[in-house]
Amino acid sequence: MSSNDVLGRTEGGDLRLVGLTKRYGSFTAVDDLNLTVPQGSFFALLGASGCGKTTTLRMVSGLEEPTVGQIFLGDEDVTDRKPYRRPVNTVFQNYALFPHLDIYENVAFGLRRRGVRDVRKPVEEMLDLVELGHVAKRKPHQLSGGQQQRIALARALINQPQVLLLDEPLGALDLKLRRQMQIELKRIQLEVGLTFVHVTHDQEEAMTMADTIAVMNAGRIEQMGSPAQLYENPRTTFVANFLGQSNLIPGTVEGVTGGTATISAHGQRLTLDAARCPVSSGLVILGVRPEKVQIATCDAEVPSGHNKLTGGVVLDTSFIGVSTQYLVKLPSGEELSVFEQNTGRPIQRPGAEVTVFWDPGQGFGLEGGQDIEAGADVEEDAA
Amino acid sequence: MTAVVPTPAAEKPVEPPPKERRPRRNLTPWILLLPGLLWLVVFFLVPILTSVSASVQQGDYDDGFKLTWHWANYVDAVTKFGPQYLHSGLYSLLCTVLCLLLGYPVAYFIAFKGGRWKSLLMALVIVPSFTSFLIRTIAWKTILADNSPLVRLLGDLHVLKLTTALGWTVGDHVLASPAAVVCGMVYNFLPFTILPLYTSLEKIDPRLHEAGHDLYCNTFTTWRRITLPLSMPGVIGGTLLTFIPAVGDYINAQLLGNPNTGVVGQKIEDLFLRNTQGYPVGSAISVVMMVGTLVLVMSYIRKAGTEDLI
Amino acid sequence: MSTVTAPPAARTTAATPAPEPRRRSPLAWIREHTLLAVTIVVFVFMLLPNAVILWMSFNRPVGKYDYVWNEFSLDAWRHPCANSEMCHSIGLSLQVGVVATIVATLLGTMIAFAMVRYRFKARSGVNALLFLPMAAPEVVMGATLAALFFNTVGPGALGFWTITIAHVMFCVSYVVVTVKSRLAGMDPTLERAAQDLYASPAQTFRHVTLPLVAPGIAAAALLAFALSVDDYIITVFTAGNLETFPMYVWGSVQRAYPAQIDVIGSLMLLGTMTVIALSQLVGRARTARR
Repeated sequence: MSSNDVLGRTEGGDLRLVGLTKRYGSFTAVDDLNLTVPQGSFFALLGASGCGKTTTLRMVSGLEEPTVGQIFLGDEDVTDRKPYRRPVNTVFQNYALFPHLDIYENVAFGLRRRGVRDVRKPVEEMLDLVELGHVAKRKPHQLSGGQQQRIALARALINQPQVLLLDEPLGALDLKLRRQMQIELKRIQLEVGLTFVHVTHDQEEAMTMADTIAVMNAGRIEQMGSPAQLYENPRTTFVANFLGQSNLIPGTVEGVTGGTATISAHGQRLTLDAARCPVSSGLVILGVRPEKVQIATCDAEVPSGHNKLTGGVVLDTSFIGVSTQYLVKLPSGEELSVFEQNTGRPIQRPGAEVTVFWDPGQGFGLEGGQDIEAGADVEEDAA
Repeated sequence: MTAVVPTPAAEKPVEPPPKERRPRRNLTPWILLLPGLLWLVVFFLVPILTSVSASVQQGDYDDGFKLTWHWANYVDAVTKFGPQYLHSGLYSLLCTVLCLLLGYPVAYFIAFKGGRWKSLLMALVIVPSFTSFLIRTIAWKTILADNSPLVRLLGDLHVLKLTTALGWTVGDHVLASPAAVVCGMVYNFLPFTILPLYTSLEKIDPRLHEAGHDLYCNTFTTWRRITLPLSMPGVIGGTLLTFIPAVGDYINAQLLGNPNTGVVGQKIEDLFLRNTQGYPVGSAISVVMMVGTLVLVMSYIRKAGTEDLI
Repeated sequence: MSTVTAPPAARTTAATPAPEPRRRSPLAWIREHTLLAVTIVVFVFMLLPNAVILWMSFNRPVGKYDYVWNEFSLDAWRHPCANSEMCHSIGLSLQVGVVATIVATLLGTMIAFAMVRYRFKARSGVNALLFLPMAAPEVVMGATLAALFFNTVGPGALGFWTITIAHVMFCVSYVVVTVKSRLAGMDPTLERAAQDLYASPAQTFRHVTLPLVAPGIAAAALLAFALSVDDYIITVFTAGNLETFPMYVWGSVQRAYPAQIDVIGSLMLLGTMTVIALSQLVGRARTARR
C-alpha cells in the first residue's frame, strides 16, 4: 500500500520496549519493562487481571502514555506518536465495532481515514479471509459473538499494521467457540505473517497460539520463553502454579554429584537433574507436574532410579474419562496431585495406601524460600 | 528461543536517562464549559443573588430602590402571606402524594405487564404534554364545569356534600375550589412522577419476582420487600420532580381556584408586575420560598439516603 | 391459587373424565385486575383533557368563552387565524423556540461533552449550577431575571431577545442532562478504536462520536423546543409588550376564549402523533429491508 510511508512504516521492524514504566499516582502498573518482540512472531503477555498486561498493550497502541521509557518499532521511537499515527492496530476486548456503521464500513474505516480511495478490493479480500463476505451489509448487532470477533480482527488486519495487538480477544466467547477461534487466529497469523501481541489471562489460550509467552506479575515479567520451556522448566513458583498445576515440595539440597542433585525432603531422599536445579546447596523447592507422577500400591512396582514418596493415602479420586485425578496426602501433611492416564489400570479408592513416584528427569527445581502458593489461587475470571 | 530475548539491562545506559512525562494540562473542558456556564451565571445566578440584596432594599419603581438593610421586608414576607404559604405547601404536598399513589401502579403496570405495548403506553403518558399545558389546564374548566357529566355524577353520589363539608369543594361546584386546583396540579405533574418511576422499575429483572415467590413471598410481600426497595431511586426522583415545580406553581391556582386558594407564586407575580413598591418584598418572599424548598428537599434526600441522586 | 388442587395420578388413565376448567375465586379475579383498572382510570384522567380539547374545537360557543358545548361547527377549523393576534403570538413563540433551541442545544451539548469526557476541578460546583435552574421555582427565576433586565437595559428593552435569553437559560440544564446520559451510555472504546484506526480527533468526532450521540442531541433539542414553546411563567416576566402563544392563551381566560385555541391545541397533539407514527413506520421499514 502506497500510504504506508505516511505512517512511517519500515520494513522488518521488531517491537522494542525499553524501560517502560506506567505509574498511576503511587501505584506502579508496569515496572521497568524491557522486551523485544521479533517481527512476525506470535507473542503472548500472560497474567492475572491487574498484572499490567493491558496497560502495556495500551501503551504500545498509544492509548496510554508511559510515565517513563520508550517504545520502538524497528529503529523508530514511536513513544510520542498519537495512536492514529502509529502502524499498530488493536482488536479490542469487547470488539468496539461501530454500531452505526455496517460491517463493510467498519472494515473499511481505517483505510478511509488514511485516504485510501479504492477500498472495495481490500475490504472484500479481508472479509473473505475471515470467511464473512456474506454479512458485509449487516450491522454489528446482527452478528454473533464469534462473527463480531472476526470482523474486529479483519478491521484491524486490513491496515496491515506492523504490530497487531489483541486484548483478550476471545474472552467474551464460549469455550467451544474460543478453541475454534484460537486455531483460526493462529492460521491467519501464519497467513499474513504479521507480529501479533496477544494479551490474555488464559494460560491454555496463550500456550495454544503463541510462539513466545511472557508471564507478567505485578507489573514485571516473571519469565519468558516458549510454551514448552515455561511449562517444563518454570523458574518461579508463580510461573509453576499459574501455567498449569504443579506439586511443589520444599527441601534441602544435600549435594550435587555427576549431574544429579540430591535433595532431602521430609526425611525422604529425592533426586533432580543438576542442570534444572538453580542452587547447589541450601533450600530448594522441588516441583513436578501432576501428570508426570504415577501411583503404586507397593514399593515393588516403582522402577529403580525413580523418585518416590511412600506412605501416602488417597484423599480424593475423580474419574474424568481420559484420566483419573488423585489427591494423595503424604505423611508430612502435604497434598500431591496425580493425574493418571486412563490406560485401564485399577482405580484407587479414597483411603487406599499408596506410594507415588516419578522420573527424576521430569522434575524441576526452584529457588527455596519462595511462596509456594504464588499464582495458584488466581481466579480465572472471564473479564 | 534465540529470537526472543529480554533486552539486556546493560543496554540501558545507552538510552537517555528516563524522564518522567508530565500529563499536559488540558484547557479543552473549560473552553467547552465556558459559554454555557457564563450564560447560567449571568442570567440565573446573578439575578438570584441580586434578589437576595433586593430583599433588604426599599423604594419604588419611579424613584429607584436603595439598599437600606430593611429587614422588615422579611417580617412582611413571612407574616403577611400565611395563607399563601399554607396553600402552596399543602397543595404541593398533596399533589406529590397523589401523583405517587396514582403514578406507581401505572408505572408498575407498564414496566411489568406492558409487554409489547410498553413503548406505546409510555408514549401515551408523554404525548399529551405536546399540547400547551395552559390549554390542557383550561380544558379542566370544561370537565369540571357545573353541569358537566362528571360533576353531576359526583353530586348524585353525594360525594360533593362530603367534600364541601371538608372544605375541598364549594357548594355544588367543583370548579374554583381547592379540589380543582389539586386536581389540575396532579394532572400536570403526573408524567413527571411516572417517568422516573418507570425508568427504575423497568430495570428490575422480573426473575427477581419469581425468586421472591419461590422464597415464600406473596405478591404483596414481593412488592414490599423486593420491588419497592429497588424502585426507591424512581420514587425519590419522581417525588422531587413533582414537588419542586409544584411548590412554585400558580397556574392551577389561578385558572382553577378562587380568591381563597391563593398561593405564593401568585403573590410574587403580583408584587413584581403589579405593585410599584413590591420588588423588595417580592424578592424576600422568593428567598424565603427558595430556602424553604431547598431545606425540605435536602432533608428529604438525606432521609431517603441517596445523595448521588443529582 | 389455593383452589387449584393437584390432579390425582389416576387422571392419566383413559377412564377419567375430562379435566375440569380451573376455577378461581372472584376475589382473586378482582385482585388480579385492580392494577389494570387503576391503570385505565389514570390513563383516562391523563388523556381526557386532550379529548375535550379536540371535542371543543368543533364547538360554536355561546358567548365569548369556549368552555361549554353548544353545537357542532367547523368554523374554528375553517378560520384558525380569525383572530390575527393569536396567529402572531404563535409566530413569535415559534421564532423564540427555534432560536432558543439552537443556542441551548449548542451550549448544553458542549457542557455535556466536557462533563463526560474530561476530568476537571470544580466539577461539583458545575453540577450544582446546572441543577439549580431545574430546581428553582420558575416564578423566582422569572422575577429575578426581570429585575436584572430592569436594572441594566431598562424595561423598554424587554422583547424578543430577553425572552430568548431567558428560555436558553432554563433549557440548557435539560439539554445537558439528556445529552450526558446518551454520552455516558456510549462505549468509550469506540472512540479509542477509531483513533487506533487512524482517525484524528476531529475525524473521530465527525465519523464516530457525532453519529452515535446524534439521537441524544436530537432528543435534547426537541425537549428544549417543547419547553420553550410551552413556557408561560418566565416568559411573562421577560416579554415586555410582546405576547407569546402561552401568554395569549392566559390572556384569553380574562377576555375571550375562542374555539380556535382548541384547534391549535388539537393540531399540536395530532401533529406530534403523526410525527411519532411516521418515525415508527420509517424505522420499521428500515429494519424490514435488511
